Amino acid sequence: MDRQAVVATQLTKRFGDNVAVDGVTFEVQDGEIFGLLGPNGAGKTTTIRMITCASPITAGHLVVSGHDVAEEPRLVKSRIGVVPQDENLDPDLPVRKNLEVYARYFDLPGDVIQRRVSEQLAFFELEAKAKDRVDTLSGGMRRRLLIARALIHEPDLLVLDEPTVGLDPQARHLVWDQLRRLREHGVTQLLTTHYMDEAAQLCDRIVVMNHGTILAEGTPRALVREHAGERVLELRLPSEERDALLAEANLPGLDLEAYGDVAYLFGDEVALALIATQLDDEFRSLFRPANLEDVFLRLTGRDLLE
Amino acid sequence: MSAARALVTSPDLSSGARHVWQRNFDVFRRIWRTESLGIGLEPWIVIVAMGFGLGRFVELDSEQTYIQFLAPGLLAMFPMFAAIFECGWGAFMRLETHRTYEAVLTTPASVDDLATGDILWGTTRATFNAMYILVVLLILAPWAEAITSPWAILLLPIALLQGFLFSALAMSFAALARAMSHFGYLFNVVVMPMFWLSGGFFPLENLPDWAQRVAWFMPLVHSVQLNRAVLAGDLHLGLLVDVAWLLVGGWVFYRIALALMRRRLVV
Repeated sequence: MDRQAVVATQLTKRFGDNVAVDGVTFEVQDGEIFGLLGPNGAGKTTTIRMITCASPITAGHLVVSGHDVAEEPRLVKSRIGVVPQDENLDPDLPVRKNLEVYARYFDLPGDVIQRRVSEQLAFFELEAKAKDRVDTLSGGMRRRLLIARALIHEPDLLVLDEPTVGLDPQARHLVWDQLRRLREHGVTQLLTTHYMDEAAQLCDRIVVMNHGTILAEGTPRALVREHAGERVLELRLPSEERDALLAEANLPGLDLEAYGDVAYLFGDEVALALIATQLDDEFRSLFRPANLEDVFLRLTGRDLLE
Repeated sequence: MSAARALVTSPDLSSGARHVWQRNFDVFRRIWRTESLGIGLEPWIVIVAMGFGLGRFVELDSEQTYIQFLAPGLLAMFPMFAAIFECGWGAFMRLETHRTYEAVLTTPASVDDLATGDILWGTTRATFNAMYILVVLLILAPWAEAITSPWAILLLPIALLQGFLFSALAMSFAALARAMSHFGYLFNVVVMPMFWLSGGFFPLENLPDWAQRVAWFMPLVHSVQLNRAVLAGDLHLGLLVDVAWLLVGGWVFYRIALALMRRRLVV
């Protein structure tokens, strides 16, 4: 039977008059990787902060790992692992000691701490750095150490806020690979990201947020099909030329999203293919499979221009 | 409103406070050798310069030597600096610069655990510091006898009391500070006036009446007075006022520190 790692019902957070999260309802199932997507200011991090008991909820109901965050924050925090967006390792302690000191806050016995710390250092390939100062680690290593730290008490749910922001491609892939391996080990994960490729690489299910509300929910594939279709035609033309082209083609039922001199055309594939053939210029047009980025832009895009 | 309520409800404490203290102790054990060279040298220099150097020009009504007069002050001032440094600058670094407070709060530890653990650590550092100065004075005893009564053993509880008070005071300030530069206020407006004017360097009775009345509101005045009494073995009931001052002041600043830290960290 499926259990829920997170059940959020009409979850709301207000800061004075500003509504950061406006009555969102969603569930995270045990064993899945669940993604919160949205532009900056969409309410993702505020949602995460409420789930991790860092920020009290204003209204609604939030149960994490079977416990109400408002009633039993200590129990909730003992059952979840948190990977923050901004690194907050302890610079006064070397790598191994960082994990040991953190583990102690969960009241684990000393021998368990030692075993778990060794396991995590091995899993995240940080054994060689165990005695080093944390400020000598690369960005990717620090991120892995943060994830290792969050797993030290074997939580039911791992919460990651922008897990690969600022990492180079190799480091990102290594982190992704490790998060997927964790899922194989049954670790439920809730992550926020504004990288669409990250969501596509990792997430079983996604909600897209903007202005504190949920715009869409589903698997990455279903969301792409529903909101962007199978293929998208990307045009890089001055707007007058583009408008002339489309007027001439006169194909009904196409949707256009324009950002400066780049436009995305959604709709019937045959019609899109027709326009693409007319242009026949790989620099000025690209007829490609639709992806999450298109979904994201269609659902939240107009605001990005504001 | 909620901050006012937080002043009277009982603190939300668990084993987390002990783990916070332990973390600080672990760090201290790693760095004490390098840090103590600086901190450890200071009392020697001050005692030699002020006690032996300046002291030769000082004549006291009480027929004490100047080093005997100075010792109770030093045993309060330097521990005060230790507590203020640990729970002021140190806490602010952990709160804002390194954000390790944020990391601790993702564990079952509460904000109250966090602030209490750090305040108790500041208390510990201040007490270590007082004990160290006591050892220095004992080593120098053949040349200048500063400790003339076995009641000096009471320096330990006094050090704990005032260490707690100054740690809580500094933690309250850290919870309000928005930038490291704001600590200039703590240092110049609170700490330094107490340092110079709390009766450590000269008898408070030398000041005009109104100044003595103002001085009564400075916590350091009371720990200096207590130290002075126990070092000389001059115990009397009037000292209970000073003990009460430190107890009540410590508790009030502790509750203010918890309330302000909650306001700062729980948003």
